Amino acid sequence: MKTLFRGGRVVDPANGIDGRADVLIDDGTIARVGRDVPAGDARVIEVPAGFVLCPGFIDMHVHLREPGQEHKETVATGVAAAVAGGFTAVACMPNTSPINDNAGVTEFILGKAAEADLARVYPIGAVSVGSNGAQLAEIGELREAGCVAVSDDGRPIATALLMRRALEYTGMFGMPVIDHCEDPTLKADGVAHEGYHASALGLRGIPAVAEALMVERDVTLAELTGAPVHIAHMSVRGSLRAVRAGKARGARVTCEVTPHHFVLTDEALAGYDTNYKMNPPLREAADRDAMIEGIADGSVDAIATDHAPHHYDEKHVEFDVAPFGIVGLETAVPLALDRLVHAGHIGLSRLVELMSVNPARILGVPGGSLAPGAPADLTILALDHPVVVDVATFRSRSRNTPFNGWTLRGAVAVTIVGGRAKYVNPVVTGLDALKGRPSAVVREP
Amino acid sequence: MTTDAPATRIGDDEGRGSAGPPAGLHVKHLLGIADLSPDDITLILDTADAMKEVGTRAIKKVPALRGKTVVNLFFEPSTRTRTSFEIAEKRLSADTLNIAASTSSVTKGETLADTVLNLEAMSPDMIVLRHAASGACHLLSRICRSRIINAGDGMHEHPTQALLDAFTIRERKRRIAGLKVAIVGDLLHSRVLRSNLLLLPKMGAQVWVSGPATLIPPGIERFGVRATWRIEEAVEGADVIMMLRIQRERMKGHFFPSAREYFKIFGLTAARARLAKPDAIIMHPGPMNRGVEIASEVADGPYSVILEQVANGVAVRMAVLYLLAGEVATEAMPA
Repeated sequence: MKTLFRGGRVVDPANGIDGRADVLIDDGTIARVGRDVPAGDARVIEVPAGFVLCPGFIDMHVHLREPGQEHKETVATGVAAAVAGGFTAVACMPNTSPINDNAGVTEFILGKAAEADLARVYPIGAVSVGSNGAQLAEIGELREAGCVAVSDDGRPIATALLMRRALEYTGMFGMPVIDHCEDPTLKADGVAHEGYHASALGLRGIPAVAEALMVERDVTLAELTGAPVHIAHMSVRGSLRAVRAGKARGARVTCEVTPHHFVLTDEALAGYDTNYKMNPPLREAADRDAMIEGIADGSVDAIATDHAPHHYDEKHVEFDVAPFGIVGLETAVPLALDRLVHAGHIGLSRLVELMSVNPARILGVPGGSLAPGAPADLTILALDHPVVVDVATFRSRSRNTPFNGWTLRGAVAVTIVGGRAKYVNPVVTGLDALKGRPSAVVREP
Repeated sequence: MTTDAPATRIGDDEGRGSAGPPAGLHVKHLLGIADLSPDDITLILDTADAMKEVGTRAIKKVPALRGKTVVNLFFEPSTRTRTSFEIAEKRLSADTLNIAASTSSVTKGETLADTVLNLEAMSPDMIVLRHAASGACHLLSRICRSRIINAGDGMHEHPTQALLDAFTIRERKRRIAGLKVAIVGDLLHSRVLRSNLLLLPKMGAQVWVSGPATLIPPGIERFGVRATWRIEEAVEGADVIMMLRIQRERMKGHFFPSAREYFKIFGLTAARARLAKPDAIIMHPGPMNRGVEIASEVADGPYSVILEQVANGVAVRMAVLYLLAGEVATEAMPA
């Protein structure tokens, strides 16, 4: 089954392409990308102006909550949210119940993903058994079962010694250790960024150095061991400084920033809406601006959402008591297009690097490129289409987002995984040839 | 009455004038000083003047809130504030109900929102809420029909305390504008501080805050006050010294090593108090830790207005209840 997307703008920085090109897909893989590709017996889809074809976006930091917390999200609803958000693949964190520290849980997750048959799922295994920081998990077995990285996310990797050994050990398998960088004693019982706004609102503060100090530790250990470390959800300029310095010294360090950390600041806390409560917390404007600068100048490697679904009941409580986290899969692309691309900070090539090329490279998974033979995973953007964020349309089981009602410019039009359209945005017109195809639509179980 | 504020004697029909009902507050709830303008604050203080007079009568009652139900919903223990509100409510003839957290459904795992919504189903007119979580009142204001009065939410605000502090200062000093007010103690964890930091500069006072560097809130410069860990600098030439309570639990968070050292460096001793103006007044929201933040001789001395604060608290809370009830109180109030 061949499909030819003809005449659209293709942005494929891994292969130096940004311009009008045709994309020929054959049976789930990219056959050819170029000008005036002959259609042959392929089904031809004319791509109108305003659409951009990119290698499929990969969200390397999501929480799918299954097994154990299915009231928040399941693998099925999570991957439905992913394709609706333009993601062809996600990497899911191990802080499920039970924790993904063994092949059994990894295989369970992969089984659910195969059943849902929407976005690809790459499990991230735990660094330590139960993520309790006391004993290494069987990382070799996790790798064999299908994990692409390890992390104790939700918590920092507990001690410098454990981090060192984890880097050395995991490095053998060519996988990165992903750290949620935070000194637990400095974070203590904080719930918001330590600064003027937390002081005014009477909220216990989490100082920026709680993150930056741990980033320094990890960068130094990555340098010592020569093994790769990836800094999860970086939020403060002190961390970025440490990452830049480490990279300059040749350390194998990469980092990601979430959309909420390049859009929002702690000023949003007034009113105590728990949809502004996450960890790391929303920081001050100078940090948010530094994240944008890092995104633009290449110091930041990836945009990842830290998609953290929570049930309404859990969030509809006092700020102190509410769990940290917001969903992100279904708002990431419009936020990135509106606040980074249309705002003039970066071009589309850079965006594709941040959301496809680099995540694929860091995790060592296929994708990030439309070279012949690559999987036919595509994210098709409607570059100028307006989006009004509406939680009623979310595929995610949870609704905990601060962006409900926001008007943004730039939408996901189509998400294609393995050559099949897994999501076609009902409000975007122009690629109607793809509608009515037997693309998988998730029904709530 | 003891001040030159415009006379609004409660029960005096002439006081209402021909303009109709008295101007009310433009807020539905009292969530914090943050929502009050200087005019609002002046109105509350002036009304409290009149309410104070009620407390001197043989029959300490006016019918302003007769038939209205006020619930005191206290999730944190309190003697002073709860009693003060209860007396204020009863003097206004309201039906009062006290609910303490330990006896409420919270011990059965009910959320704050559900606890209050269930209460609301029984149609209270006002809820006075004290809770350990900053922003608890904001949460409720989004779901409640009743008027909410914040009696202290976590570390955020304690607006009636700041109002009674202002009333006390105004009563003793005849004004608030231009005074140097020093606030000393555990600034970081104090809702009394935050409310006073919002009120005093709004009313034109010059505020200095002081405490160990570990307990000075980040971003304090943005509150429009001077901050120093040297208490002597803060109290020098002050017209008002307000001491805040030190909680011994703070020693566990490494905020300061011991009560002994705290008193030595930061305690309000007689010697330090003498650095202030000769007629400076000494205040404390209570309860006091004698010998930790304040020396007994100062607390019990001639310049201490600590007990007056308590008395004024009833009058100020009567004023707040009366003004918030607004259109609720429709009839003139006979003496």
